[in-house]
Amino acid sequence: MITVENLTKHYGDIIAVDDLSFEIEEGHVYGFLGPNGAGKTTTMNIMTGCLSATGGHVKIYGHDIFEEPYEAKKLIGFLPEQPPLYMSDTPLEYLRFVGEAKGLRGTELEQQTEQVIEQTKIAGVKNRSISKLSKGYKQRVGIAQALIGNPKVIILDEPTVGLDPIQIIEIRDLIKELGKKHTVIFSSHILSEVQAICDQVLIISKGKLVAFDKPENLEKLLLSPNEITITSNATVKEVEEILAGINYIADTSIEKKEHVVARIKTDFDDIYAVSGAIFTAFAAKQKVLLEMTLEKADLEDIFIELTESEVVNK
Amino acid sequence: MKAVLKHELRIYFHSLTAYIFGAFLLAFVGIGAVLYNLQAAVSNFEFVLNFSNLIFVVIVPILTMRVIAEERKQKTDQLLYALPITTSQVVLGKYFALLTVYLIPLLIISIYPLIFSRFGEVYLPTSYGSILSFFIMGSALLALGVFISSLTENQGFAAGIGIAIILLNFYSVRLSEYVSSTALGSAIAMSVIIIALAAIIRYLTKNTNLAYGFCIIFIAIILITYYVDMTILEGLLTDIMKKLSLFDRFNVFVNGIFDMTSIVYYLTLIVFFLFLSVQSLEKRRYN
Repeated sequence: MITVENLTKHYGDIIAVDDLSFEIEEGHVYGFLGPNGAGKTTTMNIMTGCLSATGGHVKIYGHDIFEEPYEAKKLIGFLPEQPPLYMSDTPLEYLRFVGEAKGLRGTELEQQTEQVIEQTKIAGVKNRSISKLSKGYKQRVGIAQALIGNPKVIILDEPTVGLDPIQIIEIRDLIKELGKKHTVIFSSHILSEVQAICDQVLIISKGKLVAFDKPENLEKLLLSPNEITITSNATVKEVEEILAGINYIADTSIEKKEHVVARIKTDFDDIYAVSGAIFTAFAAKQKVLLEMTLEKADLEDIFIELTESEVVNK
Repeated sequence: MKAVLKHELRIYFHSLTAYIFGAFLLAFVGIGAVLYNLQAAVSNFEFVLNFSNLIFVVIVPILTMRVIAEERKQKTDQLLYALPITTSQVVLGKYFALLTVYLIPLLIISIYPLIFSRFGEVYLPTSYGSILSFFIMGSALLALGVFISSLTENQGFAAGIGIAIILLNFYSVRLSEYVSSTALGSAIAMSVIIIALAAIIRYLTKNTNLAYGFCIIFIAIILITYYVDMTILEGLLTDIMKKLSLFDRFNVFVNGIFDMTSIVYYLTLIVFFLFLSVQSLEKRRYN
């Protein structure tokens, strides 16, 4: 339960976060999406108490991060963009330090340290110097640091940046796993990542919230015409004739490759009515449809459209 | 605070810093003890400390340069901001770790007067009084070092500035004696120092009005005193430098007087610089 109210941050004349408000519920994985320089990192830094705000409030389970920082920070685990690791420590020493700073002592500290080491799968390297670990392991140690003390909310700033594809998959799986027990907020500028992990997406652009919804709802939100691509073994002329008899078609482009490929654009809401009509028309002329693909808008299109048009949509 | 203290100590003892600091201090005091107590057969241990305090110019900046600058460079300061601990706890934790590193060689040094007293007459109260003030003076320099480290993310820069400031403080009294002790000479020298201080304030706070205000007020005070009563200004610079110099104040202890005003001065400096370090860290949150 995090409430962000009218959050504003100015750096001199530059407005990094502009009157941002949203509410985060318990038990979901939230994706914070936006192009570089949209204000993601600034917002996350303010939410975790690392940065002051020019105006507005952030409340973590009712505790204002500026007025009751101790209570609020105890509920948050944060992994900044660059994992804040002491290179001369080993993961075990480092995690003990963070645990102690979070107020854990004695057996509780040992137990929690063991638990996060297991959760992030770093047991094999726990006694090696952090400076000698690979980037993927460093990131894991960073996540382990956020997890220790069992905070209710975990905030991760671009946790997969700079990792190789296998490491990215591992970190994504880890985030999904964390989502079962914690509320997770993570930022990214990679859409497929957000689509794969999150059940709620916040898109911000130029410091403003432009969309906040489930990924599948965001897809429905897009109004641009949908596309159908068909491949047929009929001639170009025959395909043209068949398509001319179908309603709702806004635009067609036909190409002759190995077979005839036609790209059909429609502005009709029910794309299946159009595809059904095409199928029946071809069947009626006894022509063969080799392939038919429906191109639906994906998050990428929504992202580009929303961040460019700056429509406030809540 | 305890967590930060423990963590800092581990960093000092894992790296060479603590050992180098201790080795230099012990070596210098050792040489002093050989020269004064053994070869010259002087029974006063406080002379050794007076000889050794020049080493602070080098070892304090080496010990303190990374304290906050390194956190900034490695971006680990973000962790400290995000943890449920206050900035004051962070600064105090780091400062107490520095004191511990400083105290260990000093405890070894504390044995020397006892050893010497077995072979001759050593007046222990002045020996231990000066060791105590040596500790407090060093602590004040360490606090200064912490503050300098909090101003930059470049360790080398922090060390350089630290060495320059401590060296200047070491020689300030002697340097000020070169300035003509007439009223005019003092007035000019003090005006130059005030302008230099204003430039530093301008650089640190990026507040031009504050720097100008500081400059105008103090130069006005000097001008007014110059025209009202010129005699006040005669030799004033040297007096002020004597009062401000940490090292000059230490001479009083060497002469066998346990000067409480100096102790209060050292303690005030410690509180002042630690307070400034906390503010410097807090300021990062508001940039």
